Amino acid sequence: MTDTRAAATRPDKPDSQLRAIWQQFRTHTGAVVGLTILAILVILVLIGPFAWNPGKPSVLEALKSKNLGPSLRHPLGTDQIGRDLLTRMIQAGKVSLAVGFVAMAISILFGTTIGILAGYFRRLDGPLMRLTDVFLALPLIPLLLVLMMLFRDKVAALTGPELGVFLLIVMAIGVTSWMQTARIVRGEVLALKEREYVLAARSIGTPPRRLILRHILPNVVSPVMVAATLGIADAIITESVLSFLGLGFPPDFPTWGRLLFDGVEYMQLYPVRVIWPGLAISLTVLSVNYIGDGLRDALDPRIRGR
Amino acid sequence: MFVFTLRRLLLAIPTLLVISLVIYLLVDFAPGSPMSEIPLTVPPEVRQKMIAALGADQPVLVRYLLWLRQFFWVEPAYLIDGWFGTHLAGDEQRILSWQSRSPVFTIIGQRIPQTLTVVGTAYLVGALIAIPIGIYSAYRQYSWFDQLGTLFAMIGFSVPTFFTGTLFIIIFAVELGWFPTKYDTMLNVTDWSSFLTQLRQMTLPVMTLGLANAAAISRYMRSSMLDNLGQDYVRTARAKGEPERTVVLKHVLRNSLIPVVTVIALGIPSIFGGAIITENLFGVNGIGAALILAIHASDLPMVQTLTFIFAALIVLFNLIADILYGLLDPRIRYD
Repeated sequence: MTDTRAAATRPDKPDSQLRAIWQQFRTHTGAVVGLTILAILVILVLIGPFAWNPGKPSVLEALKSKNLGPSLRHPLGTDQIGRDLLTRMIQAGKVSLAVGFVAMAISILFGTTIGILAGYFRRLDGPLMRLTDVFLALPLIPLLLVLMMLFRDKVAALTGPELGVFLLIVMAIGVTSWMQTARIVRGEVLALKEREYVLAARSIGTPPRRLILRHILPNVVSPVMVAATLGIADAIITESVLSFLGLGFPPDFPTWGRLLFDGVEYMQLYPVRVIWPGLAISLTVLSVNYIGDGLRDALDPRIRGR
Repeated sequence: MFVFTLRRLLLAIPTLLVISLVIYLLVDFAPGSPMSEIPLTVPPEVRQKMIAALGADQPVLVRYLLWLRQFFWVEPAYLIDGWFGTHLAGDEQRILSWQSRSPVFTIIGQRIPQTLTVVGTAYLVGALIAIPIGIYSAYRQYSWFDQLGTLFAMIGFSVPTFFTGTLFIIIFAVELGWFPTKYDTMLNVTDWSSFLTQLRQMTLPVMTLGLANAAAISRYMRSSMLDNLGQDYVRTARAKGEPERTVVLKHVLRNSLIPVVTVIALGIPSIFGGAIITENLFGVNGIGAALILAIHASDLPMVQTLTFIFAALIVLFNLIADILYGLLDPRIRYD
């Protein structure tokens, strides 16, 4: 990055690009609130297991503590087989957030690679963009459901049920959500390719690989960052949809979507079991979307200058 | 325009073929063979015969081509026969569901009205709510109404439908008891009171889906209005002494609706995806619920056909949106 260059002549101006972005980002109230909430959620989920560990109840205890309301011992109550809901929420949050981040990373990796290849190499442009069109025309939710049905047991047999489902979901979401990123990146690369500095770099014999990694990639980072942020939200929602339809994670390895799915059966008697996981998903997605909004403004030099 | 439409139609064919092949192959990898439900006591040669009777013993490519032929030739032929009493199809084999042994398209035909009533109404309601919100938000940009609209839109597309749906059930059906929790598919609308019952049971699913649609559409409407409000022709209209009402609701609105109409067209197929959740939550017996049922029962022909129909809808509405855009906006010329 080029953030260490100080603009010493203008003391009132921020002295690095990163700081300028941060200052613009801070003016977006929604984004700051979103970032705070997301940070709190991540911290809760990470330190939660250490801070809140009621221990495994004995069978008798579990039998006695079925369907309890909120109390000091179980702040969110317990479920139909006596499991502490707060513990499960923390566990579920870890998986849900992990799915969001990893699936986003995969989708961004695919999208950026395909976008750069299509934008930079003219020969690849046609086929890769047709591929993108085909992927855009695929009905994603039905297809993901079918994928889960087909491969869940096979992958689970290879790597164990938990890791297997995790890998499958993350890969499936990543492979079906890269198209927007690819299109954005391709557009950017097509424009950047014609710029003088790229011509200059090429004229001194820079090989394509170096040209892409050193000169083009750093300049497409901003749109990719925004796409990545929104990708987290999409991935979390998609995962919870799969879990909600009973084709996601197994019940003993819950995510927020799975908890909601389990809670729907008891929703008339114990509505809190639906509300907590649903609230967690909604809050996460809402804050991620607001962060994306703020990031888009902050990374846009036309808005930042004002 | 005509040439463009023709070219897009021709381009859609290879896209659809590739998608159908992908879907067919993917679903064909399914471990759930049609015979996995057969008890193990059935002797192997009988089992073999049963598989052959379903046509599941032939190579993948043969079955794919046969399925294509069934989908694009036999089924339309049956449809035309049904309408005009002709005998185009003869005794050709139709695509049969492995669950019920009845033709897949008959099942889809039975279920589509349910989906269309609920999803169609929801989309209409969503658009009708969203457009005025978008117009007023843009006209009074940064007012408290606009801020509220922004928040509403943000919540609308951040909160997943399965959560808004369950929340609505808890609040309006369980706590307040205003609406039923489940949608009764067997209800026949014959008189005034059954119509009211139908309206009541449709309210919650329509609200759930409509909220999600309204959020997205209102955003598009707002930004499209904002783009147009700053244009020179608006100033001209005002300078001419047109009343503000005419300027906004006639000059600006007509031009702003062009991109919104295409966005609405583009959103229609994705609604069917969202409808899967809503249909399952409220027990609407539509095609989304049929897909989930078929997936759980490993009913491959049903899954393949439904998924392909979803894909075809996406391609079709992309095409419609492109053509609409060309027709509505005289500045767009595709030649």
